[in-house]
Amino acid sequence: MNPTTPAIEATGLRKAYGEQVVLDGIDLRVPRGTIFSLLGPNGAGKTTTVQILSTLIRAAGGTARVAGHDLAAAPQSVRAAIGVTGQFSAVDNLITGAENMALMADLHHLDRREGSRVTAELLERFDLMAAADKPASAYSGGMRRRLDIAMTLVGSPEVIFLDEPTTGLDPRSRHTMWQIIRDLVDGGVTVFLTTQYLEEADQLADRIAVLSGGRIVAEGTADELKRLVPGGHVRLRFLDPAELARAAQVLGVGLRDNEALTLQVPGDGSVHTLRALLDVLDVHSVAVDSLTVHTPDLDDVFFAVTGRPDHEKVQTR
Amino acid sequence: MSTTTVQSLHVRDSLTMLRRNLLHARRYPSMTLQVALIPVFLLLLFVYVFGSALGTGIGQGGDRAAYLAYLVPGILLMTAGTGSVPTAVAVCTDMAEGIVARFRTMAISRASILVGHVVGSVLQTVINLILVTAVALAIGFRPDASPVEWLAAAGLLVLFVSALTWLSVALGLLSKTPEGASNAPLPIAFLLPFVSSTFVPVASMPSWIRWFAEYQPFTTVIETVRGLLTGTGIGHNGWLAVAWSVGIAVLGFVWSRRLFDRDAH
Repeated sequence: MNPTTPAIEATGLRKAYGEQVVLDGIDLRVPRGTIFSLLGPNGAGKTTTVQILSTLIRAAGGTARVAGHDLAAAPQSVRAAIGVTGQFSAVDNLITGAENMALMADLHHLDRREGSRVTAELLERFDLMAAADKPASAYSGGMRRRLDIAMTLVGSPEVIFLDEPTTGLDPRSRHTMWQIIRDLVDGGVTVFLTTQYLEEADQLADRIAVLSGGRIVAEGTADELKRLVPGGHVRLRFLDPAELARAAQVLGVGLRDNEALTLQVPGDGSVHTLRALLDVLDVHSVAVDSLTVHTPDLDDVFFAVTGRPDHEKVQTR
Repeated sequence: MSTTTVQSLHVRDSLTMLRRNLLHARRYPSMTLQVALIPVFLLLLFVYVFGSALGTGIGQGGDRAAYLAYLVPGILLMTAGTGSVPTAVAVCTDMAEGIVARFRTMAISRASILVGHVVGSVLQTVINLILVTAVALAIGFRPDASPVEWLAAAGLLVLFVSALTWLSVALGLLSKTPEGASNAPLPIAFLLPFVSSTFVPVASMPSWIRWFAEYQPFTTVIETVRGLLTGTGIGHNGWLAVAWSVGIAVLGFVWSRRLFDRDAH
């Protein structure tokens, strides 16, 4: 594939099930070697988008090229270039992890030696060696998801679709999965990720598109999206009205509440900005009772981008 | 790609899928075994409980051994019929699994997914047929068939089993739940084998049902196998049996492909 060709390029994708419009004309452009995240709540059309782009279902309208191949004209070429890990794990639960991997090696037509080499390497890399001979049905959620990704990687895909890869995982497994996804892109592949969590998109994605009601309502980097959200702030609470007054004077910004003795200071709540804030207060010996961080979440982003009456797409450039 | 590489891809992927299905069957054999036990049970029941009376009824010398000889071909067909239940259930269960969605997004032979199921199921039913035949021989079934006749009977059975299996695959694809999939093939598994010449000759039936029983697929295959193994008359049943088998196979195949490719590329 030509390095300047985008990994995924879609124009006007549409899909409807009967009367219900699931995708109402979406455009996507994902450069090679990047992580692109499609962010949206349940029912927004994320899975449908992945199903269309991964050749599982046909779009009712629009065109798309994946890894340089036209989706409608050359689905088999697209399939040869992609890997898909679905929301509901795409492993064979009745057989063991090693057998699942061998199945993938066979379907990718690797010869026996190459197949067992790749299989062993991936099982090792995803920490599944010890469980390799147990049936996949006995795996924990995190293990099954790791096996799922390991199976996806057997064919060395150029573009990987991850449909809600961390939904249902505990925090520890979620962080493991994040690291796995980062490592994938370091290896040069393109990742198309869907998620319901802004934090996840924020952690991983180079660009994020917000999908709502079958349309892309906002697109940009995580920072650009968060700028759309006015809600990010640090809330300082004081025991003494005098301290509150001094803090307000020292900081020079913020929303002051004399009843609750709180001061809301705009900020993203990162350790860096918190330290800077506390340093200023410290230098002026302002006594703060407590502090809470309010980070913008998906709800805030949605409100910010879909709260508009005409549902227009917001481009943040 | 040239034609030969496309063909070898189909064969290779189908063999991989077959291995997967046989692995499933080996790990979870209960249902496959259950459906083999039903015909064995019916064989023993009809031979030892009803055999003497039925033997007299069908007028072939009137003893239990004669009835055993009459019954075995029908029981073999019943074995072919009951095999359709685990096939439909396995296909329906499999389609709900994420792994099949993965297969559909891979550059593999799409047909291999269904072919793997069909070949796997046919092999299992053939094993069941061998088991039932062994039981029949053990309790005194002594056919006078030549090796060629045995081979012809076996060939027809495999053809008919393949046809029923494609039809069961379609029923499995059609069913939304495994429960539904286990009910859908019941007419194939039980109704048709009972309303046929399995247990009694169709000539003994009232005329309105006799017409159906005489020409439905199971009877034509039973009469052909019976003729090949025990020397009774085959007549028009031979070509009817082959025609039914091919017809059902084509119907099941086309229907399965259409159901499998719903909404897909």
